[in-house]
Amino acid sequence: MTAHTVTDVPQEASSTPGNGRVRLAAERVRLAYDDTVVVHDLDLELTEGSFTAIVGPNGCGKSTLLRALGRLLRPTGGQVLLDGRAISRTPTREVATVLGLLPQSPIAPEGLTVADLVARGRHPHQSWVRQWSRDDEAVVAEALEWTDMSELAGRPVDELSGGQRQRAWISMALAQGTDLLLLDEPTTYLDLAHQIDVLELVGRLHAERRRTVAVVLHDLNLAARYAQRLVAMKDGVLVASGTPAEVLTEQLLADVFDLEARIVPDPVTGTPMVVPVRRLR
Amino acid sequence: MSTARATLERPVSGQGGRTTIRIGPASAVLRWRQVVVPLAALAVLVLVSALSIGRGDYPIGVPDVLRTLAGLGEGPQNFIVLQLRAPRVVVGLLVGLALGVAGALFQTFARNPLASPDTLGITVGASVGAVAALVLTGGSSVGALLGGFGVQLAALSGALVTGLLLFLLAWRDGVDGYRLVLVGIALWAVGGALVDWLLTNAQIYDAAAAYVWITGSLNARTWDQAFPLAIALAVLLPLALATGRALGVLQFGDDTARGLGLRLPTAQAAVVLLAVALTAVAVSAAGPITFVALVVPQVAVRLAGGSRPPLLASGLLGAVLVVSADLVTRTALPEALPVGILTAVIGAPYLLWLLVRGRRRSTL
Repeated sequence: MTAHTVTDVPQEASSTPGNGRVRLAAERVRLAYDDTVVVHDLDLELTEGSFTAIVGPNGCGKSTLLRALGRLLRPTGGQVLLDGRAISRTPTREVATVLGLLPQSPIAPEGLTVADLVARGRHPHQSWVRQWSRDDEAVVAEALEWTDMSELAGRPVDELSGGQRQRAWISMALAQGTDLLLLDEPTTYLDLAHQIDVLELVGRLHAERRRTVAVVLHDLNLAARYAQRLVAMKDGVLVASGTPAEVLTEQLLADVFDLEARIVPDPVTGTPMVVPVRRLR
Repeated sequence: MSTARATLERPVSGQGGRTTIRIGPASAVLRWRQVVVPLAALAVLVLVSALSIGRGDYPIGVPDVLRTLAGLGEGPQNFIVLQLRAPRVVVGLLVGLALGVAGALFQTFARNPLASPDTLGITVGASVGAVAALVLTGGSSVGALLGGFGVQLAALSGALVTGLLLFLLAWRDGVDGYRLVLVGIALWAVGGALVDWLLTNAQIYDAAAAYVWITGSLNARTWDQAFPLAIALAVLLPLALATGRALGVLQFGDDTARGLGLRLPTAQAAVVLLAVALTAVAVSAAGPITFVALVVPQVAVRLAGGSRPPLLASGLLGAVLVVSADLVTRTALPEALPVGILTAVIGAPYLLWLLVRGRRRSTL
């Protein structure tokens, strides 16, 4: 690879977290549902151009943390900073031009076409007077094209397969045109081929479109393969953070997942791969 | 704007049946079905209204009615059309308009075709107010006070109080559509019980008057009912139509709507309170003409296409339904029944069909 190719810039920036500019940060964030504290005084920084996967066992608070980062949940302590400014005090529409999010099980209204869904991603850029500018039109057409959804643009979203549907939602997030993108378990309910398909797409968003990505994932092997940084959580606390090789150790799997496992190199990518042995305790 | 150019553009792939309009910095998308359906509904509405005004002991032809309405009528015809018959039709028209829009707002907000002012208890709330005013007038001091208000004001208060209760009980950092429907059904039941209790304690003549009111009727409506209703709608309808952009995002669910930059609590409060106000002014003028708000938005969305009931088309089709139902009950049926009976006959089987069919909902 030549030294001056443009595409390897985000790679450089994100492989050393902390080197790039901090875009989104949790500062001693405490999250609770009613009186039950789910996340305890957690610190996390997402730097420009990074691709972070948040992993951990069920109920560890990883989705809750992602919701707080996307200002869907207000912390009971601490704060979330977007570009150094408290996200809770930034107008939500302004946030929506910088930060996009894909909830765990997004609802598409019956009868809504793919093109309409993707067009709705332009909402933060529109107003009563400017309902459909040339920009909107060009961006939506490009988003459909880029996610390979142009062919299906006229189809109702509820008639698509799970994998196609998730593509449509990612296309909408792309049309929203935000630098940051948070995805909550985008591969849930998908078969393995479609999981790969979705994560390849997210990987391309990161590599080709320079999106700063944070994703909650269940599958550790896929997380290690696609993300540059893993964040492991247990019981609402951040346990480990670093490159997949640093985080995915036999000791960590025992501590965090109660799992005895061997770590072997992924024969395809060389990233760490978990081979489970048995459940501990 | 001398430099501004108006343009019409062909749609991008997969977006057939629509045209983009751009005038200077302003832009909007027109979908032909969403333009044609309201226009057709408007034409039918004018025709049915004229027909309805023309029918009676002294029949008048549609052209003559239209001429009179345009201010070109003469003598007795003028009096019959403008003073005797038009108010009834105008009240029916405005009530249908308000109920159609209110139904579309509720159904889009709750993401549920079962949501309507009827199933959410608001029309029953109006009945409680009206029946209380009719039945308690003679007796206690509370009744005398309510009676002094007039039945119409009592109905308006009943609907507004129920609507506010619905809003407050369903509110928890915003309103969840599902919770709204559950709270609404509970209010519906409580209101129904209150009406029954009032009726069983009523004098027989009061009860008969109350029964007519709670069926919903356009009998003996005058400009006294039409004018306040028209003024209220002149304020509420533009506000309701202005929520369209927010509704298009609200229907995705709370998380996605927030993600797209919608100020969720504000938008939710605006939609629910506008729908409550529209229902309240409508039912206070004509009684709870049931099922209009439930049926019409779903008919409108099937005619006009799209993913949610169109507001304007729902309103106009609601007006067509109420005016037509009134025409049919007055002329085609052997006895002059209240209009609410006919809308119930159409609406009740539809509600059953909705319940049996269950709800298809797209999730991932």
